[in-house]
Amino acid sequence: MSHEPQASTEKKAETRGPEPVVGGSESNPDAHSRPAEPGPRGPSGEPVRDASPSERQRMNRRELLKLAPVVALAAFAIPRLQQPLVNEGLAFSDWASEKLFRRHRLAQTFSDSQVAPFSRFPYNYYDVLDPGVDLETWTLAVEGLVQRPGEYKLQQIQAFPKVVQNTRHVCVEGWDVVGNFGGTRASDFLRAIGADLTARYLEVECADNYYESIDMETMLQPQTLFCYEMYGQPLDAGHGAPLRLQMPTKIGYKQAKYLVSMRVTNVLKPGQRGYWEDQGYDWYAGL
Amino acid sequence: MATTTNAIEQKQAEPITVAYEHPWVVRFAHWVGAVAVVVMITSGLQIYRAFPSFGPKIPQNNFWIPPRPIALGGWLAGGIWWHFTFMWFFIGSGLLYVIYQAATGHWRQVLFMPRDVKGVWPMVRYYFLFGEKPPVDAAYNPLQKLAYTATIFFGVLSTLTGLALFKSVQFWWLTAVFGGFRMARIWHFVSMCGFVAFIPGHLIMVALHGWNNFYSMITGWKRGPEYIN
Repeated sequence: MSHEPQASTEKKAETRGPEPVVGGSESNPDAHSRPAEPGPRGPSGEPVRDASPSERQRMNRRELLKLAPVVALAAFAIPRLQQPLVNEGLAFSDWASEKLFRRHRLAQTFSDSQVAPFSRFPYNYYDVLDPGVDLETWTLAVEGLVQRPGEYKLQQIQAFPKVVQNTRHVCVEGWDVVGNFGGTRASDFLRAIGADLTARYLEVECADNYYESIDMETMLQPQTLFCYEMYGQPLDAGHGAPLRLQMPTKIGYKQAKYLVSMRVTNVLKPGQRGYWEDQGYDWYAGL
Repeated sequence: MATTTNAIEQKQAEPITVAYEHPWVVRFAHWVGAVAVVVMITSGLQIYRAFPSFGPKIPQNNFWIPPRPIALGGWLAGGIWWHFTFMWFFIGSGLLYVIYQAATGHWRQVLFMPRDVKGVWPMVRYYFLFGEKPPVDAAYNPLQKLAYTATIFFGVLSTLTGLALFKSVQFWWLTAVFGGFRMARIWHFVSMCGFVAFIPGHLIMVALHGWNNFYSMITGWKRGPEYIN
């Protein structure tokens, strides 16, 4: 490196001339990166010139203009524009998430030893822990784009092969817990009721007035369950008895509990995208 | 009196040497990145407030609750809006910079290399321990190279750990590389700490080096750079 001060002095002396080629100098990497460009350069390859104040002013203005696009970011500082702009950002992130999703890509599953004890699987609810569902008379109302709509008993939903999986539940707050879940593969049930699998959404409503909507791609992912068991026991009241959604590919608030009805649809009613989503949380919320 | 004024005016009108230190792509990436990193840190702290722990939910042991004034967005969803919007600016400006530096060969003047290691301590001694000023023979001294290279490192780390958290199923292998979901959260936080360590030092250095140096990051041109005599 010690030769460089001399090299720069040399270049300075030849201002306006062609760039001096530092012949055979391996220790001046920039001599190799730009051999053909004319003009004197500093020790690290910066173009160097002599400029009068008026020239400098012109040069500075010119360069300042090139940065004009950065000023567009100031739009984020305008209160009236903030919400629409971040909504666009969130929508773009959702779009990217949806593009990344592959129906046949499975979420990681865990060994029994990695499953958190049942007592350490949090009860999470927005209103009441136990909405008082009468398990004796409970049915799931099936509506929308299905060939066999109607009221389905729990036994009818449990008639399909039971899938048991140890998967990670991730809350939007940032905590995660590996749990043991058992239920009917959602795609099995959707096929059995003759659901239009090309429809875009499944809407669900819950006994505690919670509601959600899920994209059909996710509903058909093989680990998406209509879950009726946790840790080998029927769901308790706090975890959504008798039936909840369990999707390892979605964030926690999508996993609606205490299901009472579902509807296959292509159109989401405005203000009916999901309880938290309608307050501003991300709709897609895919992991 | 009049002659003195004329002499000053004449002197001011004389051409002086200027160096084009920062091409516009670098300046553009710098300023977009600067805004983005501040938004990412503050909105990230808002998100962290929702669960300020690195352990399980039960039992929850809080590590550190970021104070409200430094948490952007007002509430968790607000923090997410900002975080998921500015992550694109953050990644975009970082990619633009790295690709530009790689394509032009400019990375050679700023990337910290093993041969720069021996020059770090003399710079630290000069800046913090009243040591002698090491000779200037390049646009960036070894300590600068270390700092700027570290920001790229933390940028890459924060992006990859962020992806491991944001898409922990689609990129489950990446989550596994970082040691699982909780470890990825820790590394994501560590990368934030890296930026938090860099920014004050960077700002102090900018303040110490004066307006001319700062202005070169706006227009690219620096008047009378010290490495040209």
